[in-house]
Amino acid sequence: MSGKPGIAEQGPTLDDGRPLAPFGRRACRVTRNIASGGYRIFSAVDPEGPDPAAGQFYMLAAESGWAAEDGRPYLARAFSVADSDPEGDRVRLDFLVQGVGPGTGRLCSLQEGERLWVHGPLGRPFGVPREAVPGAHGAILVGGGIGIAPLALWRRRLAAAGVPTRVLLGFRDRERSGGLDLFRCSELKVASEDGHQGHRGYVTELLEVMLRGDDADGAVVYACGPPAMLEAVRLLCAERGVACELAMEAPMACGFGACFGCAVPLAEGGYMRLCVDGPVVRGADLATALVPGGGH
Amino acid sequence: MATDLCGIELAHPVVNGSGTFDAIAAQRAFGDALLERFPFSAFVSKTITPEPRSGNPPPRLWETPSGLINSIGLPNKGLDGFLAEDLPRLGELPVPLVVSVMGTSHDQFRRLVSGVAEREEVAALELNVSCPNVESGTIVGESPDETRSLLDAVRPLTDKPLIVKLTPNAPPVPVAIAAESGGADAISLINTLRATAMDPGGAGPWLGGGSGGLSGPAVRAIALLQVSEVAAAVSIAVVGMGGVASGGDAADLLEAGAAVVAVGTESFRDPAAGRRIASELSARFGLSSSG
Ligand SMILES: Cc1cc2nc3c(=O)[nH]c(=O)nc-3n(C[C@H](O)[C@H](O)[C@H](O)COP(=O)(O)OP(=O)(O)OC[C@H]3O[C@@H](n4cnc5c(N)ncnc54)[C@H](O)[C@@H]3O)c2cc1C
Ligand SMILES: Cc1cc2nc3c(=O)[nH]c(=O)nc-3n(C[C@H](O)[C@H](O)[C@H](O)COP(=O)(O)O)c2cc1C
Ligand code: FES
Repeated sequence: MSGKPGIAEQGPTLDDGRPLAPFGRRACRVTRNIASGGYRIFSAVDPEGPDPAAGQFYMLAAESGWAAEDGRPYLARAFSVADSDPEGDRVRLDFLVQGVGPGTGRLCSLQEGERLWVHGPLGRPFGVPREAVPGAHGAILVGGGIGIAPLALWRRRLAAAGVPTRVLLGFRDRERSGGLDLFRCSELKVASEDGHQGHRGYVTELLEVMLRGDDADGAVVYACGPPAMLEAVRLLCAERGVACELAMEAPMACGFGACFGCAVPLAEGGYMRLCVDGPVVRGADLATALVPGGGH
Repeated sequence: MATDLCGIELAHPVVNGSGTFDAIAAQRAFGDALLERFPFSAFVSKTITPEPRSGNPPPRLWETPSGLINSIGLPNKGLDGFLAEDLPRLGELPVPLVVSVMGTSHDQFRRLVSGVAEREEVAALELNVSCPNVESGTIVGESPDETRSLLDAVRPLTDKPLIVKLTPNAPPVPVAIAAESGGADAISLINTLRATAMDPGGAGPWLGGGSGGLSGPAVRAIALLQVSEVAAAVSIAVVGMGGVASGGDAADLLEAGAAVVAVGTESFRDPAAGRRIASELSARFGLSSSG
């Protein structure tokens, strides 16, 4: 990885720097699937796509055994890319997944050598601190639960670009935690609601303390997690006058602006389509991060 | 597999269902690759209303066994916004353009039809009399008399082909016959079937709009019956849709009497589905790919 984070090194890009997806889904080979705490990390090799930017997502569906039980899952499911590495003219994509229903359950059971339908990379990625605020030079990453996935890749890209980055991650309990292996060697603080690791309590309590420090002024906050956490981060940052970018979730049928299903209310009234105008959204643009149906 | 729809030449018989593909947003995601490999032989716009609409509150989607309930609520820029911002860009697509419109009165429909039809980018218009999300839409399409009087109001305004899109929520044959007698050039069907879902947490209806419309393979068998009954009852062209996911599904609708098939929800699973279905169709008919 070289150059600016968030800017693709290959493939066509749009004015906001997002790497463009090849047109159409493609079958990718699954090369591993391992446990990481209560989550799974699986990898697939994309023969066609560009190296994604952090914050972008893919629509995924297993090639076989999709809709195996009671006709669900039927649609593809959205997943942030948690890590990526160009390998020759292909790109290895890593996903961090929590089993919560039939789609994630099937993906958690993927075997090495199986094929996965992949469509992406899609959506608007994170932007470097100086793009969010002129003169900003540091990053604070705040992740909750499975929402740590896009922050793992973002942390790597920020490190490659020499942006000082601090990471705060929070989990509910031992079962609903994992993926820490993706954050090796970073400046990291952890919170858990049940106290099984790190600070006992919410990750936003760690953020509150950090934002009281003097060096918070030059920083931009990047957050991904459950809606209640994102809303707390949005309000804390607004109160403290710190810019924030939130990677959000909404129910998605298509991921490329076709269905208008992923509506998120805007501060100025009306809705955005999260799949094309997000999933990374500026806190200041939102009416609320508490989107009905938008996560658990 | 070249086809003709009311005098418009199509390279193959697969178009999109209104509201299931946004060519402008897709260009943001895929760039020029979309235009180079455009999946449909004509592009049907999302339904346009006279005034801008922001759509229904979320959640707007619910997945069913092999299907999808949507409660989108027709978000669109309104007629003026569409004509000024979207139409010039849709006019640059490599295929003929069909614009879908819906009003809540004859006056509104007249404004929509005359405003859209006079633009040279537009090859044909589709009258949405069947959207289940907006109450007034259902009323016209559920009544042969209402449908006939709507055609009487808008038919004199343009020579361009008028396609009437029927709802499956009322018996479609009498409405199709009324549309034909009023001068419609084609019938398209089916729109979505009214449906709802409950919040798994016990908080009542899941969808922000209360109820929505079902689409996808779950409705395919119903679509096949309605298309075959309508095709047998009218002599104008029929655009068949509902759950098409493969060349085989498309062939069934053609067999049932459709001249053209439309792909909706399957494009959500694969944006290039229209291309795949068109080439599966031409392989079935033993012709070279139209790709
Ligand atoms: C941009 C984006 C990025 C994401 N990144 C990740 C990631 O990196 N890792 C990860 O694990 N997850 C991620 N997710 C979430 C993931 O997409 C969902 O967990 C997944 O779609 C759930 O599918 P399922 O079939 O397992 O569960 P579902 O059965 O779809 O249930 C999930 C939730 O949806 C609701 N629900 C239940 N039944 C239905 C139904 N029939 N129709 C609609 N909703 C229903 C409920 O609220 C339920 O809690 C991301 C989501 C988005 C939008
Ligand atoms: C998300 C969504 C939005 C739709 N919006 C419209 C619309 O604006 N106007 C319209 O006439 N039909 C609309 N439809 C109906 C489709 O055009 C089509 O008639 C229906 O979905 C059946 O086809 P399918 O099963 O292939 O999706 C919509 C369908 C879906 C799923
Ligand atoms: S998921 Fe379909 S428009 Fe966003």
